[in-house]
Amino acid sequence: MELHILLIFMIFAAIVSLEIKDLLSSVVAIGAVGFALCLAFLVLKAPDLAITQLVVEILCLVILIRATIRKDLPLVIEGRWVFNTISTLVFVGIFLLFSWWALKELPPFGKPIMAVVRRYLEEGLSKTGAVNLDTAVILDFRAYDTLGEATVLFTSVIGLMAILRRPGRKE
Amino acid sequence: MINNPKSGMTLIVKTITRLTVGLILLFGIYIILHGHLSPGGGFAGGVIVALSFVHIMLAFGKDVAMSKISIGLASNLESIGALMFLVVALMGFLGGAFFMNILAKGRPFELFSAGTIPLSNISIGIKVGVGLFAIFMALVILEGTKK
Repeated sequence: MELHILLIFMIFAAIVSLEIKDLLSSVVAIGAVGFALCLAFLVLKAPDLAITQLVVEILCLVILIRATIRKDLPLVIEGRWVFNTISTLVFVGIFLLFSWWALKELPPFGKPIMAVVRRYLEEGLSKTGAVNLDTAVILDFRAYDTLGEATVLFTSVIGLMAILRRPGRKE
Repeated sequence: MINNPKSGMTLIVKTITRLTVGLILLFGIYIILHGHLSPGGGFAGGVIVALSFVHIMLAFGKDVAMSKISIGLASNLESIGALMFLVVALMGFLGGAFFMNILAKGRPFELFSAGTIPLSNISIGIKVGVGLFAIFMALVILEGTKK
């Protein structure tokens, strides 16, 4: 149910980002799509992907805003300091409340959650035959990740070759 | 071309490079092949292999390094490495699933053990080594033609 709401929201935001005239609003709508995707990963119980998506999304948003806005954004501070201060305090309060809820869920110090890692350590040698458990994880249990990393490297080399090749450059 | 004193660094650097670069390449290949036994693997070993070629390029100039491995051969080898990794992944379908380890596991601590993991390490090693060297070579060529 939450997933459907998120997906409808993402489709709506994507359409908004395509149709809207203002560049900054379009970039903000793209950012909304990314953050909704982050929440969707959380709903699908993939928190590591959600963290990665959050970081990538913030970076992309900052870079896109810097790339689309030529001039510096106008900073309006006169006459609105009451509203600004109150909204800042409210958001800081909300942030502290949620971080307090999140920190309560952490395991106590010195007692890590080893649910997945313990299985890797116990069954790694018998399932893969590799003595080096690092290699067993990255090339057997998590081989999809490694395939993705290899694809990223391959794409970057192809992109570099395409940018730097002789016919592509103007003399 | 190798003994041309105009290109590259001084005679001392060239002599030392001639002695050490083979050992560096061999160490990189050792790291790749023993990835399932000792620390290292395709990524780390590939970087060491690339560094041996970068070493040649720094000491002797770019013409000597380009005669050892051209930029077309480098990109071909990189594609071959990527395809090899994908073939290893697709070979798992013979056992039922993507990336299934279908070859015999062998005895632990032997070089020929761990099924398809050494094959994956070799393909990643080729890919990373040649790919990094290709990036370095492309940047060097760009620097040469900018003037």
